[in-house]
Amino acid sequence: MSFGIPFAPGEASSSAGSVDTLFYALLGFTGALGGFLTLLVVGYAVKYRAGSGANRTGERGRSLPLEIGWTLASLVIAFAIFGWGATLFVRRDHPPADALQIAGLGKQWMWEFRHPGGQREIDELHVPVGKPVVVSLASQDVIHSFFVPAFRVKQDAVPGRTTHVWFTATEPGRYHLFCAEYCGTQHSEMGGWVDVLPPEQYAAWLSGQGEGETLAAAGEKLFRALGCSGCHGASSKVRAPPLDNVYGRPVALANRSTVIADERYLRDSILQPAKEVAAGYEPVMPSFDGLVDEAELQMLLAYLKSLSPQGPPNNEAIR
Amino acid sequence: MSSDAATQLSYLDEGAGPRAWLLTTDHKRVAWLYLVSLTAFFFLGGAFAVLMRLELATPGGDLVSDDVYNRLFSLHGIIMVWFFLVPSIPATLGNFLLPLMIGARDLAFPRLNLASWYVFVFGSLFALFSVLAGGVDTGWTFYTPLSTLYANGFVSTAAMGVFIVGFSSIMTGINFIVTVHTLRAPGLTWFRLPIFVWTIYATALVMVLATPVLAASLILIVLERVFGIGIFNPDLGGDPLLFQHLFWFYSHPAVYIMILPGMGVVSEVLPCFSRRPLFGYKAVALSSMAIAVFGFLVWGHHMFVSGQSAYAGVIFSFLSFCVAIPSAIKVFNWSLTLRKGEITFEAPMLYALFFLALFTFGGLAGLFLAALAVDVHVHDTYFVVAHFHYIMVGGMVTAYMAGLHFWWPKMTGRMYSETWGRIAAAATFIGFNLTFFPQFVLGFLGMPRRYHTYPPEFQFWHVLSSAGAVVLAAGYLMPLFYLGWSLFRGARAPDNPWGATGLEWQTASPPPPHNFERMPRVSRPPYAYAMKGLKHERFSPHKETTGETAA
Repeated sequence: MSFGIPFAPGEASSSAGSVDTLFYALLGFTGALGGFLTLLVVGYAVKYRAGSGANRTGERGRSLPLEIGWTLASLVIAFAIFGWGATLFVRRDHPPADALQIAGLGKQWMWEFRHPGGQREIDELHVPVGKPVVVSLASQDVIHSFFVPAFRVKQDAVPGRTTHVWFTATEPGRYHLFCAEYCGTQHSEMGGWVDVLPPEQYAAWLSGQGEGETLAAAGEKLFRALGCSGCHGASSKVRAPPLDNVYGRPVALANRSTVIADERYLRDSILQPAKEVAAGYEPVMPSFDGLVDEAELQMLLAYLKSLSPQGPPNNEAIR
Repeated sequence: MSSDAATQLSYLDEGAGPRAWLLTTDHKRVAWLYLVSLTAFFFLGGAFAVLMRLELATPGGDLVSDDVYNRLFSLHGIIMVWFFLVPSIPATLGNFLLPLMIGARDLAFPRLNLASWYVFVFGSLFALFSVLAGGVDTGWTFYTPLSTLYANGFVSTAAMGVFIVGFSSIMTGINFIVTVHTLRAPGLTWFRLPIFVWTIYATALVMVLATPVLAASLILIVLERVFGIGIFNPDLGGDPLLFQHLFWFYSHPAVYIMILPGMGVVSEVLPCFSRRPLFGYKAVALSSMAIAVFGFLVWGHHMFVSGQSAYAGVIFSFLSFCVAIPSAIKVFNWSLTLRKGEITFEAPMLYALFFLALFTFGGLAGLFLAALAVDVHVHDTYFVVAHFHYIMVGGMVTAYMAGLHFWWPKMTGRMYSETWGRIAAAATFIGFNLTFFPQFVLGFLGMPRRYHTYPPEFQFWHVLSSAGAVVLAAGYLMPLFYLGWSLFRGARAPDNPWGATGLEWQTASPPPPHNFERMPRVSRPPYAYAMKGLKHERFSPHKETTGETAA
């Protein structure tokens, strides 16, 4: 009936239904009140248009019972809606004790998730159906917001503190994950998918993560051996640009220009780091010129490219 | 034309050169200075909006790059909020009408009034510089640490512009408060004041009390950005949420700065074209004050998912429902004003009725946002965008257009084209709903705001919205032409073309330099629209209207 036009988001979590019940109740109430007022005003406008023969005797400039009546009615209705919304809301603070704990980190412009078993994924979150999940949220740079419309959940990830969001997915499927808090240039590209899997598929997915050593994996080892991760790692005390999702995307430089982080830029940044310093960072990185050979550089580049699993974003302006 | 009006000079005859305008302390001329500046900013901010809507007609980023898009919505917000909406009705209609409505010769501090315009212009130069130099990409909300550490636009310049313009607001606010307290005509008691004066007074209080907090927050941003002092940056021991608290402590009351004067305008227009007193006058007057007070207590409803405690969220939700009550009361009173009237549908009345519809639906959408669990889903989506545009554009801008048409004959001494006025009113109403109603659906579907690109399944609603924006733009451009034409070629307006009761209609159109030939005395309540012989009163300047008599 809807001709492919979406009117409502899917419901895929245990709380989506109760939120929607309130939403549709409000829609019914506001529709009725708004419709009534519209009919009233349009009715008056027609009936009492200048020159109409309507009876105008007995007009009043005020009516105390009427005014008290609608004030009290508004209060009662407002407080009822408040109570309903607040009751559902405080559940956000009380996730079930047996919930699966996943760490989520927001950074410009990607989401990184780490599962209990150490599995790590970017812009993709695999969760089992029917099991409560708590995502503890942190941010590496600016405020982001974890938003899954199908779950009716949203929570900001704020630098300097940890916040939490929980949900129990009820329908296997693939759902949008958005960043809802404006976070800079590629805000609208920051997001991905939540994959809700049946338990057995979820277990299979977990065990299938990270087997064998690829070029990128070798690059990652080198990345650690050379000490790159000491500064570029997420937990580093030295503030250095994060390298996730840098490849193929624009980088703002300290001189206010912007470059695309292609292979050239990455290579130059390793060998001549003072040449194009990312905006907001001190030019403290030493040159690795002469310390890595070409093969090692390839491994490092493969690793850096692997940090941008989606490759360059589909954005005409960049090309 | 009355013989009086023909012989006496109006405020427009007092010198036409730049000097006569730029050094004037006449509140009526200062109102024009503001009107011209604000119109320029309105169309600049509007042009940014049109570019955004064109970009959003397709899911991909095909028209402008992400950085350009981010600058468009940031500048659209900054310009529309601080350089148009906040000063819009107070600085133009308020400036022009407040002394006239209370029977005063000018505002209490005429030179401060002119100074406020210069401060506004000085601040706007900073804003324009940041537009021309490359823009700002923080959004109008300047959230930290994006604005302090990561933004690469001209944040400090834009923030300084907003900071300076804030002083213009404070000056205007002080001037209005003192004027209402000290310069009312004999017999004009508080409960004989037109609602427009009440709302302007309430607005002025909010301007004076809230704007300094904004100034403080913006200074803190600049301190952190320029000198690296840790206030909001967690790496330096600051707290990003502190900024949101400070920002919304100003910016939520600012929402009421932006809507209260609009409520004042329609409270004048609806009774006039219904030929009925405003229903429940006292309740409307006092609810304006209640809104101004409660408006200070609800800032945290912008932060339900920000990481503030759940209990803070519950309290702010409760207070937000409280502030809904006075707004609801007003809507009921306006609707009942039409009852048993003699209603005509000139352009100001059409705009006022459209205000009533759009404000009501925007306000009802606010109930969804105040309800905590629903807000979690629709926060930071197009649902919020639609909600505040229904209030700010559908409400305030529509009321501004109603007021501009209603008082145009008074301000210029000319009539505008009624036909074109009605067409423009209808175009804005249709264009507005087509633009913003689809955004409610988009928000419920989960479309986040401030997105340069979006998943293709949202496109249907975006296309409707973009199409509406074109109609809306046409509706706003039309008055520029027919009002401009009227300025030079319009029919001469009588002193009281609408047969309205306010004191401003008892003097010439346009008014003499000191407003009244003889200072008025007031002996009647406002909106004393009589029911008999109405048709003869309109367009007949010689006849005493009802109510106040000149001593």
